[in-house]
Amino acid sequence: MGGAVTAHLHIDSTSLVHRLPAHAKLLGLLALVLTVVAIPAGAWGPLAGAVILGAAVLASTRVPARHTLPRLLVDVPFVVFALALPFLARGEEIALGPLRLSAAGLVAGGTLLAKATTGALAGVAFAVTTRPQDLVLALQRLRVPDPLVLIVSFMVRYLSVVGDDLARMRVALVSRGFRPRSPAAWPVLAASAGALFIRTYERGERVHLAMVSRGYAGHLPAVEAPVTEPAHWATALLPTGCALLLLLWAVAP
Amino acid sequence: MSAPVVDVRGVSYAYPGGQPALRGLDLHVHPGERVALLGPNGAGKTTLVLHLNGILTPASGSVSISGLTVSRQSLPEIRRRVGIVFQDPDDQLFMPTVRDDVAFGPANLGLRGSELADRVHEAMTAVDVQALADRPPHHLSFGQRRRVAIATVLAMRPEILVLDEPSSNLDPASRRELADILESLEVTVLMVTHDLPYAAQLCERSVILSDGRVVADGATGLLLRNTDLMGAHRLELPYGFAVPPGPDVA
Repeated sequence: MGGAVTAHLHIDSTSLVHRLPAHAKLLGLLALVLTVVAIPAGAWGPLAGAVILGAAVLASTRVPARHTLPRLLVDVPFVVFALALPFLARGEEIALGPLRLSAAGLVAGGTLLAKATTGALAGVAFAVTTRPQDLVLALQRLRVPDPLVLIVSFMVRYLSVVGDDLARMRVALVSRGFRPRSPAAWPVLAASAGALFIRTYERGERVHLAMVSRGYAGHLPAVEAPVTEPAHWATALLPTGCALLLLLWAVAP
Repeated sequence: MSAPVVDVRGVSYAYPGGQPALRGLDLHVHPGERVALLGPNGAGKTTLVLHLNGILTPASGSVSISGLTVSRQSLPEIRRRVGIVFQDPDDQLFMPTVRDDVAFGPANLGLRGSELADRVHEAMTAVDVQALADRPPHHLSFGQRRRVAIATVLAMRPEILVLDEPSSNLDPASRRELADILESLEVTVLMVTHDLPYAAQLCERSVILSDGRVVADGATGLLLRNTDLMGAHRLELPYGFAVPPGPDVA
């Protein structure tokens, strides 16, 4: 319902990470993930270090685990895939009790698990400390093209509106005795999805009309960038620095 | 009489399917007036409103705002002069926070820095929403959103405020609060509405639009008491409502 999106991701607090400018955090996150991805497969020491680093970043937000753990469910598909890899991959096999596992699959799965988990930890740290509106501003400050910024901004703004539309349609269906229990209900669900699409499309047209009426001519008004102090950048890029050391450790002869 | 803020002369318009929406319409609104635009559904009220800021272009006739004719060249200035508040505030409020939204129009006009901040503050103060500045629009009540929508337009210092169904979906207290705010604004108002008591309360003059033409133009009290005229254009006062006596001169 209203505000569900923002309510689910961002947790208000005053930690150091919360106070960092969003664009510095976003760049820091991107640089960290790219660096961790560059760590070679099977470099277990550095990969374990990366996971600990990700956990440390998340811990530094001081957001209680009861808020962060549910958000880390985003990592589940990677965990499942990583666990499946040793059974699916071909090549040299090693015996582990009754199981026969692919050696290459074990290495690939373990590496994927470490990298994906690090990314999820850092991503959740960004999400819980950054308000959606700050994310939009951050993209704008990083000179992401206006149409992309607008798409993200409208998604942030209208997801709850569309969600409310959907909830009202569902209530209206249920109120008339509709029970989506069998494939016979699919045509009705498809029609609802179609109606929702048309409504959303029409709303898009009305929003555009309102924008044009207030002088919109294809460009967002420029945002005045607040001063980002060197200390902010240093803090935001600190995890990347640590990850670089891990990478060096992994590739050092 | 002073030069009209809105000067619509002989405007005709047909929708792409060929269905005529406006048929040689004339309308003048003078500075400081509050005018209600009444009429049944499909009379052409919204079509007329979209002509005022150049979203739609008349097939014939002309529209001028404070002496400036609406044309492709004059569009930016026309859109500053005509502030339209749409019916659904969710359509109007698309920025992440109230403050950003109120700043959107003046920023498009080129305002920056403290000048922009002053303008935003002025508009938010006029409709009493300063306390909501940093809230996302979807966290506000409907009445608050309607007031913020008005602020987004006031921030452009328009010469005429056009309101599309301002009282729709408001609870009685929000409806009254909005009326108080509208009465306190020193701006010319054109109000499209089906809410006839609201028109009687706020607008000294009313214009009835029917089938793309102006069929009546005069003091709101006089028009609303003329049951034959009203009935002929599918307009009815709510049950039990009588127009209070007041000045019958627009």
